[in-house]
Amino acid sequence: MATGTDPAARSPRTPGTGVRGASRAAISARHLRTDRWWLSPALTAAGLFAFVVYSTWRAFANGDYYAAPYVSPFYSPCLAENCIPMKGGPNWEIFGSWWGLSPALLILIFPLGFRLTCYYYRKAYYRGFWASPPACAVAEPHKKYSGETRFPLVLQNIHRYFFYAAVPVAGILTYDTALAFRDENYEWGHMGLGTLVLLVNIALIWAYTLSCHSCRHIVGGRLKHFSKHPVRYRLWGWVGRLNDRHMHLAWASLISVAASDFYVYLLASGAFEDPRFF
Amino acid sequence: MTQLERQEWDVVVVGAGGAGLRAAIEAREQGARTAVICKSLFGKAHTVMAEGGIAASMGNVNSKDNWQVHFRDTMRGGKFLNQWRMAELHAREAPDRVWELETWGALFDRTPDGRISQRNFGGHEYPRLAHVGDRTGLELIRTLQQKIVALQQEDFRQSGDYEARLKVYQECTVTRVLLDEERVAGTFCYERESGRFFVLEAPSVVIATGGIGKSFKVTSNSWEYTGDGHALALLAGAPLLNMEFVQFHPTGMVWPPSVKGILVTESVRGDGGVLRNSEGKRFMFDYVPDVFKDKYALTEEEGDRWYEDPDSNRRPPELLPRDEVARAINSEVKAGRGTPHGGVYLDVSTRMPAETIRRRLPSMYHQFKELADVDITAEAMEVGPTCHYVMGGIAVDSDTAATRGVPGLYAAGEVAGGMHGSNRLGGNSLSDLLVFGRRAGLHAAQHAFEHAGALRPRVDEAQVDAAAAEALRPFSAEGPEAGAAETGRPPENPYTLHQELQQTMNDLVGIIRKEGEMARALEKLAELRVRARRAGVEGHRQFNPGWHLALDLRNMLLVSECIARAALERTESRGGHTREDFPAMERSWRPVNLLCRLTDPAAGAVAADPAPVDPARGQIELTSTTTEPIRPDLLALFEKEELVKYLAEEELHE
Amino acid sequence: MTTSASAKYVADFKVWRGNQEGGGLEDYRVAVNEGEVVLDIIHRLQATQVPDLAVRWNCKAGKCGSCSAEINGRPRLLCMTRMSTFTPSETITVTPLRAFPVVRDLVTDVSFNYAKAREVPAFVPPEGVEPGAYRMQQMDVERSQEFRKCIECFLCQDTCHVVRDHEENKESFAGPRFLMRIAELDMHPLDAAHEAGLDRKRTAQEEHGLGLCNITKCCTEVCPENIRITDNALIPLKERAADRKYDPLVWLGNRIRRRPAGRTE
Repeated sequence: MATGTDPAARSPRTPGTGVRGASRAAISARHLRTDRWWLSPALTAAGLFAFVVYSTWRAFANGDYYAAPYVSPFYSPCLAENCIPMKGGPNWEIFGSWWGLSPALLILIFPLGFRLTCYYYRKAYYRGFWASPPACAVAEPHKKYSGETRFPLVLQNIHRYFFYAAVPVAGILTYDTALAFRDENYEWGHMGLGTLVLLVNIALIWAYTLSCHSCRHIVGGRLKHFSKHPVRYRLWGWVGRLNDRHMHLAWASLISVAASDFYVYLLASGAFEDPRFF
Repeated sequence: MTQLERQEWDVVVVGAGGAGLRAAIEAREQGARTAVICKSLFGKAHTVMAEGGIAASMGNVNSKDNWQVHFRDTMRGGKFLNQWRMAELHAREAPDRVWELETWGALFDRTPDGRISQRNFGGHEYPRLAHVGDRTGLELIRTLQQKIVALQQEDFRQSGDYEARLKVYQECTVTRVLLDEERVAGTFCYERESGRFFVLEAPSVVIATGGIGKSFKVTSNSWEYTGDGHALALLAGAPLLNMEFVQFHPTGMVWPPSVKGILVTESVRGDGGVLRNSEGKRFMFDYVPDVFKDKYALTEEEGDRWYEDPDSNRRPPELLPRDEVARAINSEVKAGRGTPHGGVYLDVSTRMPAETIRRRLPSMYHQFKELADVDITAEAMEVGPTCHYVMGGIAVDSDTAATRGVPGLYAAGEVAGGMHGSNRLGGNSLSDLLVFGRRAGLHAAQHAFEHAGALRPRVDEAQVDAAAAEALRPFSAEGPEAGAAETGRPPENPYTLHQELQQTMNDLVGIIRKEGEMARALEKLAELRVRARRAGVEGHRQFNPGWHLALDLRNMLLVSECIARAALERTESRGGHTREDFPAMERSWRPVNLLCRLTDPAAGAVAADPAPVDPARGQIELTSTTTEPIRPDLLALFEKEELVKYLAEEELHE
Repeated sequence: MTTSASAKYVADFKVWRGNQEGGGLEDYRVAVNEGEVVLDIIHRLQATQVPDLAVRWNCKAGKCGSCSAEINGRPRLLCMTRMSTFTPSETITVTPLRAFPVVRDLVTDVSFNYAKAREVPAFVPPEGVEPGAYRMQQMDVERSQEFRKCIECFLCQDTCHVVRDHEENKESFAGPRFLMRIAELDMHPLDAAHEAGLDRKRTAQEEHGLGLCNITKCCTEVCPENIRITDNALIPLKERAADRKYDPLVWLGNRIRRRPAGRTE
């Protein structure tokens, strides 16, 4: 039973920052989560890291990216003169002969920028690589935080331009996929395992591209009155349904791009023979 | 004690639910400096739990609807015991109050032509409830909250102070209304967070504290519903009206035990859900009372057709007024046709596609999934009656919401009595809050303007000291200042007392009442009252729930006694009052109102008397009054044959 | 009917007790019955062991958003966390929200949120539209309706690292709840803020700290109402701000066609 009605004084403590700040409940642990909260960011980081390693190798390799009729998505369209000629394929030597590096670098900037500024990938690498935050309700290790308010992260706001760029790139990959219905002698009416690989890849690329939050905004999200724009409302609904799976599509298309490239590499390097369906 | 913090306001509103906030908005818009004081955080009031909708005869879905039809439904639902002028004002003004919410940003569900959509509900002849899915109360409270913020932003632009003219004291409790002679002078309050006392001085006080459900064990009400406002009015000298009428909502969850009583919205039935007993029978067809025989379907086929074609079919009996449905469920369970957990089945899963259920009843779907692990799109819910609403309350003037006998004291919302008669229709509560909240705010502001300056009432210091002593008593329950007979005994645990009170009210003054049981309840209440004087608490004043409960016990005990005494007195069954020993509705009781007052009004002024003179003696005395005759033009809205069923003999001849 | 928990057992609890001056986790052993939630256990603690244990609660049905706390380090509603989600041998740790100043035991000072609520300009009613004459289509109100499901439990505000880990950001950051409120108003079919000279999209970025959000989605993860805060409110709001501030085409178009700033159609 109380003797007084005022709270008793407690022993003082040394405050820190954030959840260990002076006004917060005195708990020294930076988090009290008991689940495997680290698993998800660790897997994300590992997956992204693996892709970066693989794509860096392949982008700089400057070889084994064309096995008629298949072209690796990393090297399409080919914009430099040093490209392997692809009959009927996207060889546009815009950059001429002075470009000495791998032609992949010229085109990869666009999908790379699209994915780098993508709302899903941002979440993934802020959490996985930058631990900001590592997981929900787990204190982050940084002293200062300015989010996306300053250079360079303020540039994330230009995501929609990369979306605009990603659409023609996806278009060209679609063209590549159509060309994959030729055989190695450029005769139409062929289909091999490679055709299927490219088909799956382009389907995922389109699904990922169209499920983009910027796309959702542009097709209808920016409207105030859907009822005045029934067509755009319907489009917005469709994109919204794709957008629900943006994360899954981001991973699936990332894997399929790498897989397509690897498949072409296997064919081009002669390690594998493309099975033909017809 | 006199160095307590004091603030001066024009109007103090106690309670921040729908009625309180609407009153505050009105008072502030009239120009009165207004303070709102509430037990919870701002925006958490029990109003958020209202699900179905706001009844207002806008006629958006069925253009035949108008205020006269709404009035008629309300009177029928209340078995003609309603304070008819309130029912009239309510029916007339509800549409304006709903439309006004839209101008403050509310987003109701829409009809195809862009108006506010309206849904069917028990006792309402036409689809009448403006709604937002099944979270209408949340929309209402949020809209009012945001309107308050909008007004504060306006004040900020003008004066640089958000709280210059409208302030919300959240997590503060009023324990006494302070008087200057008979007039209101202010309120005595404590802040839960710090335990600090303070006084708000004001010539007008609006009580909008809601109901009393926490005196019952199985209830849909939240912890705040401890009858504070009822007790504040009683202690200030204002009488309570018809406290015997307590609504048991027919459909509360019955399982698991920890959620027993949580509400299952009536919209489940309004949208097509049906009640079945353990034999699979739609038993409600057996329970249509004579007065409603020609208004409700007599076959399942007709009832089912009504959802599609309401003009040429009668509604299914699942949509009878709540008291009828609750009694029917109670009878089925007593007859051994209940579910394993003592309820009946409420089924939508066989009546609507899963997708429709999830869209129209999202929070019900969520609630059952999360709390009971039941997928209502695949299986039936188990439901049973739960204490939901008190129709009785502070007796008020219909037009001004002023209480009787205490100038400056107003009441609105559930805490006010009269509007709903003996039984409230679903959806009429939210509209009641808005209509009479606004009226209370308006008249409280006017009263404050008339009592400004030299006419302003002064707070009696003795009352402040007495209130402070009363509030601190639980800390010294064991100490020497307790009564001589009590020394040496350990203090009572307030939680235990509360549980015993809830059990008593549930078992002895519950949905079906008997003389002997209620007499026992009164004895038990007297015993609890004595023990409550020794309710002690541990710890200090800073956010101490044990202390808060000990203080609320006074209110719950007062209100419980009112209910038990009035219920014992009324020897008939009507609406929310069912007597097993007097099962019929008696026309002679129609014009009778029972008023509760304190036996010893001095106890109102002198608080915290440590040794009660006669602990077994009750605190409440009853008086019986006759209601004002219903205005002829309103009576003319009914068929003669119908009135014969309700009105007392002498009323018919007038 | 499925049963959700094993029969009665005694659970180990660690509950944080204390106030601004200090405090710590204290151990309790409490009985648990079938079908109970964590709030039931806290209530049993109050009724039987520690009557002055401070906890905020109200409806106990997940509708009011009062009983927010952290259970095993995760922001949750005490009334919506069923005991059956834990094993009987597990020790359950309950602490107050860690992003806000503590008051006592499980109760925190959430006034930050009320201050932020006041900073968001209210709904601006359209001029010349009488009450009762408002016409809106269901498809136009649905987006804002989703946000209005918010019960203001402030779990999103608590979990958001922008303020949870950086006290200094509290001044400039409204938090997910109130950025969502801005999105709600900006998507309201009849909000006339633009006509009144208020650009909600621009102010979201410039005055309410939208740029501090790095869309890591913890707000969405903790939302007990399953509101898709990030995807449906914050990202669309970022895109709307981008329309205003980072899209030269839109800017140029507005210049050339002399449309008043703020129009989205």
